Amino acid sequence: MDRDLDGCGFEMKSRLHTWLVLPPLLFLGIFYFYPLISILFLSFMPEGAFEITKLYKLVRTGYYAGVLWFTVWQAALSTLLTVIVALPGAYVFARFDFKGKVLLQNLATIPFVLPTVVTAAAFHALLGPRGLVNMILMRLFHLETPVIHLDQTVWFFLLAHVFYNYTVILRIVGGFWSRLPKNLGESARMLGASDTRVFFSITLPLLKPAILAASLLVFVFCFTSFGVVLILGGPRFATVEVEIYRQALHLFNLPMASALALIQIGFTFGLIAVYTKLERKVAVSLTLPDSHSPHQKIQTPQECFFVGVNILWMAILLGAPLMALFLQSVLTEEGPSLVYYAGLLENKIASILYVAPIAAIANSLGYALVATLIALVLGWFSAAFLVGAKKQGALILDPLFMLPLSTSAITLGFGFVIALDEPPLNLRSSIFLPAIAHAMVAFPFVIRSLLPAWRSIPQNLRDAAALLGASPLRTWCVIDWPILRRALLVGAVFAFAISMGEFGATVFVVRPQTPTMPLAIFRYLSHPGSLNYGQAMAMSCLLMITTAAGFLFLQKMMPRSGGF
Amino acid sequence: MCNPRTLVLCILFFLSAGIAEAKEKIPFVTLMTHDSFAVSQALLDDFEKQHGAEIKILKSGDAGAALNQAILSKKNPLADVFFGVDNTFMSRALSAGIFEPYESPFLRDLPNALKLDPSNRLLPVDYGDVCLNYDKSWFSKKGLAPPRGLDDLIMPPYKGLTIVQNPATSSPGLAFLITTVGKYGASGYVEFWKKLRANDVYVTAGWSEAYYGKFVRAKGGTRPIVVSYASSPAAEVYYSEKKLADTPTAGILDSGSAFRQIEFVGILKNTAKRELAKKLIDFMLSPAFQKEIPLHMWVFPANPETPLPDVFLKYAQKAKAPILLLPDTIENGREKWIETWTDVVLR
Repeated sequence: MDRDLDGCGFEMKSRLHTWLVLPPLLFLGIFYFYPLISILFLSFMPEGAFEITKLYKLVRTGYYAGVLWFTVWQAALSTLLTVIVALPGAYVFARFDFKGKVLLQNLATIPFVLPTVVTAAAFHALLGPRGLVNMILMRLFHLETPVIHLDQTVWFFLLAHVFYNYTVILRIVGGFWSRLPKNLGESARMLGASDTRVFFSITLPLLKPAILAASLLVFVFCFTSFGVVLILGGPRFATVEVEIYRQALHLFNLPMASALALIQIGFTFGLIAVYTKLERKVAVSLTLPDSHSPHQKIQTPQECFFVGVNILWMAILLGAPLMALFLQSVLTEEGPSLVYYAGLLENKIASILYVAPIAAIANSLGYALVATLIALVLGWFSAAFLVGAKKQGALILDPLFMLPLSTSAITLGFGFVIALDEPPLNLRSSIFLPAIAHAMVAFPFVIRSLLPAWRSIPQNLRDAAALLGASPLRTWCVIDWPILRRALLVGAVFAFAISMGEFGATVFVVRPQTPTMPLAIFRYLSHPGSLNYGQAMAMSCLLMITTAAGFLFLQKMMPRSGGF
Repeated sequence: MCNPRTLVLCILFFLSAGIAEAKEKIPFVTLMTHDSFAVSQALLDDFEKQHGAEIKILKSGDAGAALNQAILSKKNPLADVFFGVDNTFMSRALSAGIFEPYESPFLRDLPNALKLDPSNRLLPVDYGDVCLNYDKSWFSKKGLAPPRGLDDLIMPPYKGLTIVQNPATSSPGLAFLITTVGKYGASGYVEFWKKLRANDVYVTAGWSEAYYGKFVRAKGGTRPIVVSYASSPAAEVYYSEKKLADTPTAGILDSGSAFRQIEFVGILKNTAKRELAKKLIDFMLSPAFQKEIPLHMWVFPANPETPLPDVFLKYAQKAKAPILLLPDTIENGREKWIETWTDVVLR
């Protein structure tokens, strides 16, 4: 929607509007561009001169072109699969009310926080050659060998990508969908259109902005996928991010790692620029004021079937691996017991590595709340700016805001070390740096969640309110906030989840002794012994529970519509 | 956002975090290390009592990531002392020039075989052997003799039984690759890996995925041979649920089938706290610290006089004649070996 305003009152407004971009730009400037540019300079010009010899390999063989192609290909396929799989779920959550809905929605977001190693363990326990499903199938059909061969195939990590990202589509598209007026479809149906026709010519076009926004997040997420491909895909597959990791950490070829990181950034920048163009084209403003079209109870048997199938599907796709994790945390060698949980409380050798579960929870929550807060503030400013921005401005700034999500975690982590080393920015070993790193990866989620909602608010509604004598604040409270609240909550949930799961850059951020839950899980998984494994699973379950509790807390904290 | 509760909570959080940051008053020395470094809190407190200075520990990822960050920050070091360079990365660390020499009086207690840096910029603290581990009960049930060394892995009876880690992403994986280079020579190792690939070797990204994913002792795992550490069988006993009379696994420690990983500590150049840094190094080589190494990090202390805990005496073994390539040889060969390995085994 074009919102070029005229009149001199708007002149000042638009100047004010430009200031909105300052906080996010300042933040990115300090914590993103400055470290990134520092590390790039250091890598390419270690002695002050451009060193190119180490880069010959980049073009000498077709290997790196192959890696880039594979990265794009798997990200596109993962995104497509996730959208197809999750769209029906988004519909169910947007349209129907049923018992346990909120719980289910929160459960669906939990995969987002699970460390890759843990997810891998869950999938192996479920689908591996001696996993539960294969064992059952073998016994049922009296087979000698496992039926399902997913291990170290493309399918295994595609499945994991769907498992991780299902919730992105569910929440962002679902949230948007629930505000679409239902009666549009109904009138078309009355005019004789079939359900399929209604979906493709009315619903889908209306949903496009949200689907595109969510798909972009999923794509970028999978594009920079690291652990999932490395662990579930096996060593034969390498994304650009995996290659950066190899080059930087094990071959010490920083120029090569940086060149790859630049390629990664360039590619996503281009992609997001294209997306930004598309997004503006498909943005729709909904003229109906009814921002909460009421959810309906399930009525017909068909509806009941549809909802049931979707919930079952979610239970299989998302619930089964989580359940497998839970079972592994309570099924000990001597039958079901809470030995592993009790073990978490015990510091057998008084180790400094040991972290009491409650301390790990506190550390994780502390980081996550600060990160969420920063991400919300930055995301809000960015989205507010982008909504009213002129075309050219948005075309450059929108992709810019997304870059942290698509930047190699290792490169950025190293950038912190060399750039943030002197006062007033001597932050590299500060307790706040992990939270800042989390927020940087998280705030693109807030933007992507806010923008479609914000763009959908019709200006004439605001004008009407103003005409009727409502103060700007009142207009905002009554019209904008109710619509934005939900989108903001979605953004908050993702920001929180990203931080709880220690996503990306943070693994490479230097930190003092503040072990979080994922770090505690890694610690248990780094020594042999069945107790260690069991305790890692128990800690994973605590992580899931804490995260779910955090989601509920966020929902409570977001004031309801208009309630100030 | 407009909720007063949210605001109050956030302000409280920032305040408390601020107070936590502000309270440091006693002098401290900073130790930068990898994620698996551990000792007891009491030991750290002892240092504080002896020297009136606290030890601050900074962790930054695995050994490779930590060393990289130390090298990158050499002009303005993050810490005073760095622990966790091993002999596979030693040359790299030394040629980056980030350490300064220190002749600790405790050096005379350490065996010469571990002192790989004649200029004493890096001092050995502990060592451990990377070797193949196998599941005892799997082999006894199958009626198959466990492999005795690397040669057996490429024999038909052991087809599809072995798990290794990718040397490009894993430290034990790299150590095992170096073992094969040391055993079969700079050209023979290629032949070995070709045959091992033909014998259906399974490659994982890291140690955890191998040991807790594919190894037969893991839930859903199927393979009975995995690259791990010589101390792993002891850890299996120590961290077992039921009391075990014997180790469920064993290491293959025959001549030339293991690699000795030695971990070093050094003072970072440009530190402002040289005296404290020296004290910290002395402390790490002292009997009190050395004694804690086995149970906390599952490797052997560098000082051979250190009393070992029971579980180590009984179950942890050392390799006979482990592979010990010179750090320079490793540094010069590493990239080529990894690339060749990738070509032979993965592509």
